[in-house]
Amino acid sequence: MVRGSKPTDMVKNMSNFKLIIKNLYKIFGPNAGRYVNSVNEGMSKQELLDKHNHVLGLNNINLSIPERKVQVIMGLSGSGKSTLIRHINRLIEPTSGELFVDGENVLAMSPAQLREFRRKVTSMVFQKFALLPHKTVSQNVAYGLTIQGVKEKDAKDQSHTWIDRVGLGGFEDRFPAQLSGGMQQRVGLARALATDAPILLMDEAFSALDPLIRTDMQNILLELQEELHKTIIFITHDLDEALRIGDNIAILRDGKVIQKGDPQDIIMNPADAYITDFIKDINRSRVIELRSIMDSKTKGTGTGLSHKMSVEEALPLLNKAKTKSFAVIDEENKNLGSVTLDSAIGALVRRDESAVSERYK
Amino acid sequence: MDFWTEIPSLGKRDLRDLKKGIDGAFKKFSRTYGDGIEAFFDPLYFFLVRLEKLLIAAPWPLILVLVGGLAYLGSRSVKLAIGSILAFMVIGYFGMWKDMMATISLISVATIMCIAVGIPIGIIMSRYDRVQSAITPILDLMQTIPIFVYLLPVVMLLGIGRVPGLIAVCVYAVPPVIRLTNLGIRLVDKEILEAAEAFGSDYRQKLFSVQLPLALPNIFAGVNQTIMMALAMVVIASMIGVKGLGMPVLQSIQNQYLTLGLMNGLAIVALAIIFDRVSQRYGKRLQAHRYGKEHE
Repeated sequence: MVRGSKPTDMVKNMSNFKLIIKNLYKIFGPNAGRYVNSVNEGMSKQELLDKHNHVLGLNNINLSIPERKVQVIMGLSGSGKSTLIRHINRLIEPTSGELFVDGENVLAMSPAQLREFRRKVTSMVFQKFALLPHKTVSQNVAYGLTIQGVKEKDAKDQSHTWIDRVGLGGFEDRFPAQLSGGMQQRVGLARALATDAPILLMDEAFSALDPLIRTDMQNILLELQEELHKTIIFITHDLDEALRIGDNIAILRDGKVIQKGDPQDIIMNPADAYITDFIKDINRSRVIELRSIMDSKTKGTGTGLSHKMSVEEALPLLNKAKTKSFAVIDEENKNLGSVTLDSAIGALVRRDESAVSERYK
Repeated sequence: MDFWTEIPSLGKRDLRDLKKGIDGAFKKFSRTYGDGIEAFFDPLYFFLVRLEKLLIAAPWPLILVLVGGLAYLGSRSVKLAIGSILAFMVIGYFGMWKDMMATISLISVATIMCIAVGIPIGIIMSRYDRVQSAITPILDLMQTIPIFVYLLPVVMLLGIGRVPGLIAVCVYAVPPVIRLTNLGIRLVDKEILEAAEAFGSDYRQKLFSVQLPLALPNIFAGVNQTIMMALAMVVIASMIGVKGLGMPVLQSIQNQYLTLGLMNGLAIVALAIIFDRVSQRYGKRLQAHRYGKEHE
């Protein structure tokens, strides 16, 4: 069940964006407001720190996040990604800017309205789990509900469903310290899901887990998302993770969004040398999908391959095929174009190899 | 008169007038309001006396069962429970039963008062930095000022007896529980607090479901310290007429009764050890969840 929001004129104008961030700035320091203009006029993070001893957290963020999709925000540590996600539920107050959820101005909310917003509209999963160590698994999962004033028994009943969904059935009465890291984060996920909030904020939720467990958790999240269709904002510094779960990716550097859009787009057309550098180590054959390399002018013939198939999967099929080419089709079997063995091999080569090597000369 | 050898000071007469003035004002204050203030503390007096009488009137085996039971409930240690019963029996055997009951009633009431006053003050201190910086020096003062300095005004106001003794004990014993409540709440993991906030907790929900439970081990360390300091005040409290194990110690100092002093002194030590071990173990059990052990 997803809580419906009242359709307002705003929402209609903003089409299907759940969350809109406009001109958001965050400067840390006692006189933050004074420097927004200088930053706006191009003062760099370093200059602001050296001259005025203020830290630039976020620099003119503009981001529209579509409803029921997974928006990944990626960046290295210090890029401002955790700061950004905390603006969405106002755990951090911006220095200037606007933030709308369902067309409602979050920054204009009173403390009581904000609490209600945090209880019903957003929920959050934390990097270091942040479970209540003195409460059991089931009490932790029910936490958001008890905060809302749901009766203990009802809260417990509801929480059990979610404990089962994340595969922790039988651990209801354990304490967090008795669980492994992966299991603790399942509790964190179940706690966030239990409140039925339409927006799920995940702050490096899987970064503290080891690789196998991390893949496990990504699978759980993707499975749940297929059914729940929440608007998920997912922070990570791991590109593979971003590509795996993101419907959209925004890359942050020094508090600025330097590229945003379809993950395929970012790989095929990196905006600058920084992103090129960022994506140089990924396994291109596994990540690039046929839709990114197909030739949409020549419609292929014969059996088609899914436009979401990876190059890795397509290569052996292409190699075996007599014509060395296939049609590319979408979910409704519509012919989108064609793909050839040559284009598939060509996709494995990094587009602007020269731009990268330039930097290391 | 040389500027360099003589520090500038108030003249002797001015100084005497100043002291006289303050003394007089306080005397006048205590004469006018003393009765009222005493009446204010009357309920405390009755409670103290009732408890003392009850403990003394109760059959001794019942008290022993109670002591053993409480020690076991607190510490979950049979050894400690048996040890406590034995210590009580030995103290009784050497004729100090009534004094011990009086001391226990004083310590219990003092501890309850300190907790009732100290924890709320600690909570307010943890919430507002300004309150913290205002109260901290007062706590320093309470812990370092020579006891006799505030014993006198207390006696002038309330006379001698149990209530002024109790107040003197509390003034000395309350700072640790205030400090550690404040500290404990401030030390609560910021990330857990952030999570509570992210789910829309208000201040009260944060306080009762996150901050206080997580600060409990620290708060309990404060309570333990408070009990120990209250026990340390037993002898001094007897100087203003508080009955109990302190009184014979005071007598022994005045009359060189070596054995009397030693026996009562050791009885105080025994009480202190029992209270300390039981409350410490209880405090440790409160944070068992941190170590991932199975719970009972």
